[in-house]
Amino acid sequence: MKFDTPATTNPIDRLQVVGQPVDRIDGRYKTTGTAHYAYERQDAAPDAAYGHVVGAAIAKGRIAAMDLTAAKAAPGVLAIVTAETAGKLGKGEYNTATLLGGPEIEHYHQAVALVVAESFEQARDAAALVKIEYAPAKGAYDLAVARDLAKPSGKDDEPADSRVGDFDGAFAAAAVQLDAIYTTPDQAHAMMEPHATTAAWKGDALSLWTSNQMVAWSVGDVAKTLGMPKDKVHLMSPYVGGGFGGKLWVRADAVLAALGARAARRPVKVALQRPLMFNNTTHRPATIQRIRLGATKDGRLTAIGHDSWSGDLPGGKPETAIMQTRLLYAGANRLTRQRLAELDLPEGNSMRAPGEAPGMMALEVAMDEMAGKLGLDPVEFRLRNDTQVDPEHPGRKFSQRQLTECLRMGAERFGWARRKARPGEVRDGRWLIGLGMAAAYRGAPVVKSAARVRLDAKGIVTVETDMTDIGTGSYTIIAQTAAEMMGVPLHRVMVRLADSKFPVSAGSGGQFGANSATAGVYAACVKLRDAVTGKLGLNAAAAEFADGKVRSGDRSIALVEAARDGELAAEDTIEFGGLDKKYQISTFGGYFVEVGVDAATAEVRIRRMLAVCAAGRILNPKSARSQVIGAMTMGAGAALMEELAVDTRHGFFVNHDLAAYEVPVHADIPHQEVIFLDETDPLSSPMKAKGVGELGICGVAAAIANAIHNATGVRVRDYPITLDKLLKEMPAPA
Amino acid sequence: MASPPQQEIGRRTVIAAAATTAAIGTVPARAQEPGPGAGINAAPLLNVSFTVNGKPRDLELDPRTTLLDALREALHLTGTKKGCDHGQCGACTVLLDGHRINSCLTLAVMHPGTAITTVEGLGSPDHLHPMQAAFVKHDGYQCGYCTPGQICSAVAMLDEIEAGIPSHVTADLDARPQLTSAELRERMSGNICRCGAYSNIVDAITEVAGSKA
Repeated sequence: MKFDTPATTNPIDRLQVVGQPVDRIDGRYKTTGTAHYAYERQDAAPDAAYGHVVGAAIAKGRIAAMDLTAAKAAPGVLAIVTAETAGKLGKGEYNTATLLGGPEIEHYHQAVALVVAESFEQARDAAALVKIEYAPAKGAYDLAVARDLAKPSGKDDEPADSRVGDFDGAFAAAAVQLDAIYTTPDQAHAMMEPHATTAAWKGDALSLWTSNQMVAWSVGDVAKTLGMPKDKVHLMSPYVGGGFGGKLWVRADAVLAALGARAARRPVKVALQRPLMFNNTTHRPATIQRIRLGATKDGRLTAIGHDSWSGDLPGGKPETAIMQTRLLYAGANRLTRQRLAELDLPEGNSMRAPGEAPGMMALEVAMDEMAGKLGLDPVEFRLRNDTQVDPEHPGRKFSQRQLTECLRMGAERFGWARRKARPGEVRDGRWLIGLGMAAAYRGAPVVKSAARVRLDAKGIVTVETDMTDIGTGSYTIIAQTAAEMMGVPLHRVMVRLADSKFPVSAGSGGQFGANSATAGVYAACVKLRDAVTGKLGLNAAAAEFADGKVRSGDRSIALVEAARDGELAAEDTIEFGGLDKKYQISTFGGYFVEVGVDAATAEVRIRRMLAVCAAGRILNPKSARSQVIGAMTMGAGAALMEELAVDTRHGFFVNHDLAAYEVPVHADIPHQEVIFLDETDPLSSPMKAKGVGELGICGVAAAIANAIHNATGVRVRDYPITLDKLLKEMPAPA
Repeated sequence: MASPPQQEIGRRTVIAAAATTAAIGTVPARAQEPGPGAGINAAPLLNVSFTVNGKPRDLELDPRTTLLDALREALHLTGTKKGCDHGQCGACTVLLDGHRINSCLTLAVMHPGTAITTVEGLGSPDHLHPMQAAFVKHDGYQCGYCTPGQICSAVAMLDEIEAGIPSHVTADLDARPQLTSAELRERMSGNICRCGAYSNIVDAITEVAGSKA
């Protein structure tokens, strides 16, 4: 099905199942420990041996010598895989560094060996006996230093630079100016399930049970890395214990499990050890951002400038922190520039809302600072600079843009009017109280997505697609879509996901998954409906599918009748035909936060959080709300604690486990409120939905930063806002 | 860990306090990992017997096997998750004689004669434990990987409050701790949920506890 004209009324609009806050259909498995993750496939590979990964102890250089004698002689050892023994390996399309290093080392904790043994304890013990001599080389590890050598970096649809009007002239002439530098640190996905894979060979065919967000991409990259045909790779990822972008790619666990299984001649399972994950896998790169705003005295922006610097390994990508600035606010004169430096730190790559998450951390603080300079309320300042068109291409409209509605409703629901404009005015015992807000913005891309739908003789509708559910609720919204389309109750739908034998879906990333994958299921269901009406001899155009029946005119036939001679199946792909180019399709929101800051210690506690989101049709308000509160929680981590500490001498992240890389825990997060505006976007897909999983993290850290400023009068521009950065400027305790 | 309130000390609270201390991470020196080279001679296997989810289990284990790996790899009870293997995340929380413990931080052979309950022992997909049902109802999970640990932890945590054991945020050590939102959040902070379902998890636990947090 080609989607190239705006959606009109369709069966999804009935909202009998879609749009309802139903419980997740996989919930009873996840809550009882009966959902089996990648390392837990004793059903599929009962005799799997255990692989333990050895990571490089230098950031850059070469392995001078490797002595495996003691490790090979250790009890239970079945095989040891190294770059020397693995044979020729390719590099995946989506990987920057190779997944098995040696002799060349590209980053710290790059995998250099896999030790396979009969038991986990034996593999771990033998791995400690691998002796490696390194010849280290000098590397670049400090973004602040490498920044001077950074080069423009962009793509065809996201050029490094954009200019509109005369930024320099307008900024110089502006009545009110802001020119500030912000930094965001390297951050880790730190998903709860480590990257893990069980691998088994049958002849030249490989089966991988792995934890991965993008099944088809990863089949391609496994094939490319191992130098084998794609059709010999069977990849399954039915449960993923968190990804956040860190499992978009094939990582060392998958490649090494496959190589280990080949070497040991039996199935092998590998989970990356937690202390290895932070340097071995990808992370969100740090940024340095300069924002310049110029405005008239009445708060109209006349000049908007945003420069961003980030670093990555040679051949890597920039953190696209300027992208939202091209679209969020009006202003006639604009300049954005994106620069990439070469660093020899571990590979930087996508983490939840790449670009916008760190970009909004800076831009929305800058907007707060500018509102302060103008003496304007921060909400009002944003309302004055709203735009209904792409400000760089004014002929291009937003498909929907309810930013002002989100901000107005948020202000009203949160009690924003009670905020004191002057910082440090509100006390509650020992706590300085502050309110802060920020706009939320994230693009809503769409990606081609396919599904197969079957109707069997019992009347059960089964959906098969390689779409993944990484905690997002894909199982449930796909079941809701099929139930709505075929007119059956939810419990009559079976959903089978994340198997490379199923039709290729959008996968989970870029907040495109929910809308794209359900639109693919919609397309397949339209075909299945045609097959059903054809079989029953009904007029397809007039047929209504409801209550397990198909009605057309005065005829009503049980749906199951269509399958009485055998199962009916249909497969289709939703393809997007350019509406997303003609219009800017985005999601919007507003964040409102109340913090308390201890007047003596500068400890920050978040007291209240509210998100108001305009994100198209909400397919399941219960799971969508969870996406937003979860993203707000990750945003709270970004604001207050998350930072990979870089050892700029040796080139690695020092705090590489869950004790030292701090993420929010229960005690850090208050009750969270989420409001979804009633919105449908007929330009986005037949589902009229968009996405919420990344919108939820775009702006929330800035809202917290702004609340801290309102509480204390201290403006911290270097995330995370830890108490050491606040203490030196805190007001004297009253 | 503070002492339980004096007037409340009974057999149950003493055991609970001891178990909680163990969960914080004191592992006897003899149980620590062997250094490099120690594995050259195969470790002799040791026998251990305990009950898991009501079933007697006799295992012959490498003494280095954690309780977590005994459950997951020897008994195929993979509901208990390995998130960090270092006592930092709480995904491996199980109940040992009714008290919560990070099963990655203790060796299986240290626990002969104990009764272990995992998430599989609390309920099944067709017969959910009230805590499991509340997590489903309140969407107290997303990816599901920390969920078994959260659920086991929540069940034991309510018992700890019932037993009068104070926490870091208990203001009055002489009064019975109440299930306030601050108490609940403090006591559950050993269980990380990176998906950030905390607000919903609190709603689920509060519903089960039958009081308003």
